[in-house]
Amino acid sequence: MDISVFGSRKLWVAGLALLILVALATLPFYGSLYMTILMTAILMYIIITVSWVIFSGPSGYLSLASAAFFGIGIYASAILLPTTGAVLPVLVVVLIAGALSFVVAVLVGFLTLRLRGIYFAIFTFGLVELIKQFLLFWEFEVTHTRGRYVLLVDSRTIFYIMLGIFVALILTAYFIRNSKFGLALRSIGENEAAAAHSGVNVTMVKVITFGISAVFMGMAGAIMATRWTYVDPYIAFNPFFSFMPVLMAVFGGLGQFYGPIVGATIFAYLEEVLLTTFPYYYMLIFGCVLVATMLFMPKGFTGLIQKGWKRVSGGQQHANT
Amino acid sequence: MPILEGEKVTKYFGGLAAVSNVDFHVDQGEVVGLIGPNGAGKTTLFNLISGALGLNSGVIRFKGESIGGSKPHKICRLGLARTFQEVKIFANMPVMQNVLLGSLFGTPSGMSAANAAKEAAELLDFVGLSAVRNTPAGGLTLANQKRVEVARALATKAELLLLDELMAGLNSTETAEAMELVTRIRGRGVTVFMIEHVMKAIMGVCDRIMVLHHGEKIAEGTPKEIATSKTVIEVYLGE
Repeated sequence: MDISVFGSRKLWVAGLALLILVALATLPFYGSLYMTILMTAILMYIIITVSWVIFSGPSGYLSLASAAFFGIGIYASAILLPTTGAVLPVLVVVLIAGALSFVVAVLVGFLTLRLRGIYFAIFTFGLVELIKQFLLFWEFEVTHTRGRYVLLVDSRTIFYIMLGIFVALILTAYFIRNSKFGLALRSIGENEAAAAHSGVNVTMVKVITFGISAVFMGMAGAIMATRWTYVDPYIAFNPFFSFMPVLMAVFGGLGQFYGPIVGATIFAYLEEVLLTTFPYYYMLIFGCVLVATMLFMPKGFTGLIQKGWKRVSGGQQHANT
Repeated sequence: MPILEGEKVTKYFGGLAAVSNVDFHVDQGEVVGLIGPNGAGKTTLFNLISGALGLNSGVIRFKGESIGGSKPHKICRLGLARTFQEVKIFANMPVMQNVLLGSLFGTPSGMSAANAAKEAAELLDFVGLSAVRNTPAGGLTLANQKRVEVARALATKAELLLLDELMAGLNSTETAEAMELVTRIRGRGVTVFMIEHVMKAIMGVCDRIMVLHHGEKIAEGTPKEIATSKTVIEVYLGE
């Protein structure tokens, strides 16, 4: 293996990432307000998807609790940032929402991570319903309100906070993937019993990662609520946000670090385009795209690109090895 | 002093006593064999020792410390590692990472990444898999997958190694190599407790053999004593 080629590739990737980051950070200065808002939505989807992948990707535990953690963030924001005036600064609220989601995820994790396969998926999905129903009951019986209005926050502020969460998440995901912790998580996905017998505290690794993934979902929810300005339990705990990250990650491809990012970006953009141009057929077209993905791109979009790349550069790679 | 000992170890599956009132001990530096017909409770006993299953009653002590009911990762970090009858490797991970996991997580006091990598490389060399260190473990032959398991278990700095049918499914050349591996493991100062069906192997490498039948210990002794024991011949070896 040629080390200099390896090193330069890493440098190249880092340079590209930096370029994208700079382009994103300066977007409000050269792009329209619409673009800033669209980019906020795309970032939100990327955040939910990548944080889902942090846990469910390597461990093989299919979590459908994303909507629950996202919703907890939304409601934390709705309670701490009422239209009557912010109780705390927006950024602090976002951090509190992340912490809250973490705590709930860890508690739920200790209870449910002994469940495997479909049982875990169903339970996590039940969590979304449970919190939703509880809030509905609470609003109906205790506060006698329906939903909450959230303080309006400047679109640029929302965008920059979302971008900040995104950067923190990408760094976290990268470090987990390349650390000893990530190795343990992958070994759990491959064979949990063998991991436990090789000294991995499987419960701890699973619960902590589940918690970390929830932090970012909660934070994204908290800042997104300020953009939606009105939320109720149905909006906040929409099952859509549980399935979306799974679909986006699968669409992008789980084999590569950037797969889910690419998947979420394309999907989020596609949704926006379809929703604005074909408001009535949007779901139908969406479904067709998904079916096509499953049929023709089993390794996702990035898998397809890699396959194509190998075909193009096949001769070259062969010469190198 | 025995490194591992069990008193009246009992495990029920429903109404069935899979392991019933078994007393056993393994001394430091020994190679002890565990044999018996299918369903005798051999693997169950290993599962009880390694923490995969909880005891119903009885005591298991490792280096004098009671480990009954401890979690597998804790038992592993105490210095007791195992392999599995049906190989449990991390099939999509490179061989090197399989072993690295043991040295990173399974050692009593933890290891720096550099030391863990050094340890893992040394063990790959020991089991003869250095050449395939970057191959996904699932792509190896069964014999080599079993070696990955052995290297991973040794990487945890195990003092006692439980080998669950290391030789099952191997051809005669591979079996001979596996026997040689067991001898070399002992040479490292690691105590071995092994389940085996290949009689030639177990008679050749073990100092002492225990025989289980219907969850009960029916005989124990040197290979010679076992080979000539009337009870053992009746229930297991055959005429």
